[in-house]
Amino acid sequence: MQKSLTKYFPAFVLPTLAAFSIAFLVPFVMGIVLSFSDFTIVTDARFNGFDNYVRAFTDPSSNFVYALGFTALFTVVSIITVNILAFLLAMLLTRGLKGTNLFRGVFFVPNLIGGIVLGYVWNTILNAILSNFDLTLMYSANLGFWGLIIVNSWQMIGYMMIIYIAGIQNIPGDLKEAAAIDGANKRQTLFRITLPLVMPSITICTFLTLTNSFKLFDQNLALTGGGPSNMTEMLALNIYHTFYGRNGWSGPGQAKAVVFFALVGVIALIQLRITRSKEVEN
Amino acid sequence: MKVKRSASKTLTYTVLIIMVLVCVAPLLIILMNSFKGKLFISDDLFAFLTPQSFVGGANYVSGVTKMNFVGAFGTSLFVTVASVILIVFLCSMTAWYLVRVKNKFTSVLFYLFVFAMIVPFQMVMFTMSWVSNRLSLGNPVGILVLYLGFGAGLSVFIFTGFLKSIPIDIEEAAIIDGCTPMQVFFKVVFPIMRPTIITVAILDVMWIWNDYLLPLIVLDTGYTTLPIAIQKIFTGGYGAVDMGGLMAMLVLSIIPIIIFYLAAQKHIIEGVVAGAVKG
Repeated sequence: MQKSLTKYFPAFVLPTLAAFSIAFLVPFVMGIVLSFSDFTIVTDARFNGFDNYVRAFTDPSSNFVYALGFTALFTVVSIITVNILAFLLAMLLTRGLKGTNLFRGVFFVPNLIGGIVLGYVWNTILNAILSNFDLTLMYSANLGFWGLIIVNSWQMIGYMMIIYIAGIQNIPGDLKEAAAIDGANKRQTLFRITLPLVMPSITICTFLTLTNSFKLFDQNLALTGGGPSNMTEMLALNIYHTFYGRNGWSGPGQAKAVVFFALVGVIALIQLRITRSKEVEN
Repeated sequence: MKVKRSASKTLTYTVLIIMVLVCVAPLLIILMNSFKGKLFISDDLFAFLTPQSFVGGANYVSGVTKMNFVGAFGTSLFVTVASVILIVFLCSMTAWYLVRVKNKFTSVLFYLFVFAMIVPFQMVMFTMSWVSNRLSLGNPVGILVLYLGFGAGLSVFIFTGFLKSIPIDIEEAAIIDGCTPMQVFFKVVFPIMRPTIITVAILDVMWIWNDYLLPLIVLDTGYTTLPIAIQKIFTGGYGAVDMGGLMAMLVLSIIPIIIFYLAAQKHIIEGVVAGAVKG
């Protein structure tokens, strides 16, 4: 099998590998190299050590550190709002009521709509609500922040809810029955039976919300565009603005992109560690 | 006891119905306003439709003509369908090769695909647009190469995960019966992979149809996808912002997704969640 298949490399692997090299491998390696170079059009790149990184972090007009803080805060608040609401919905939808599937299907819909369209739907609606108080989303960073939280939660809750429903349905029914016979009340059942047994789902959902919120771009662009005066600019949008909104900032832009990649990579590694160690325990 | 039971049931339903309303209200408000006159929209977005404010399909007509909706829709549809077909066929073939041919090269390649999965787009955004420009990929056909390449990580990973779980015996039997590897793959392996293919196809449809940034930085001027067109009308890229046309275009760009969802709801929920849990 292996022998006869090996010589089919050009048919089976080459097309994917070629596209993979064009779209990922080459740009990735170039990206790393360019982050240590001074350049405007790529071909004129000259090595300049850590200058780009220093500029990205310390130049007052860079806004990178602020965006990092803003993104971190946004991510933490999103994890809390999304997971609590998704878990509550999942609890309500696993009581064996009629119409459960219909509800589930409807809650999932926002997840399918793209970030740009969704961002503008909410941009229109939130601004119409705020206009009653003579405000707009651009009035303050605070309004923009909570606007982003609303949009992000609205989109992700249905998704996480599905994962929680699967987790709750996996709990053996006799455990709850046994608890009821032993005289456990509802709160005790929730904290002693349900929550510990859905811990794997909680881990998955926390990390999904974490990475998705951390990398948020489309919704940020469509809802606030980073305004007012870049105070609601998240990391991905900050990188985009650095590349395409400023002259002479391609180098620091690429340095920011590398830092962004490193942060996302660290999150992924931690996630892998935690899920792996859980698997061993089981 | 029974009274208490039904009371809690009523409460559950009330909470659920309120949540459903919160969930769909934004979309319904946009739908309603797409039939209102411009001035009525900016006057009060939440006022119900009345005979005075109703303008029929006028917003749809003005929106569609102003932003070349048909062109953007066509480009989005072509790029999505063609990319997904390419990804499904080529990545499943690659995955099978990586699983069945065991050597240093294939295992390095596999780890590169896994690695690519976690790299955010911003990391390669600038350099990818440069490479694409050099190779003249800034058109609806060229961009397929980029989607195949950038989508390969997740797709190959999901396919290999499935292929590792199926026994090699059937394939070996087919080889003994005189099949070439090509025939083994398309007549034996590919049909077995059906559920995983649906998962990958759905994940990629959702990604590519909604993708904004990649086509924006890669496509030459003159080509527009739906998300790019939506962004452009909102920021005044087609002249003064026409609130009516805007609402209509939002509705038109959401409808295909809803149709897709209604047609394959069960697969979509399963597929999206399977992708999440594995990825």
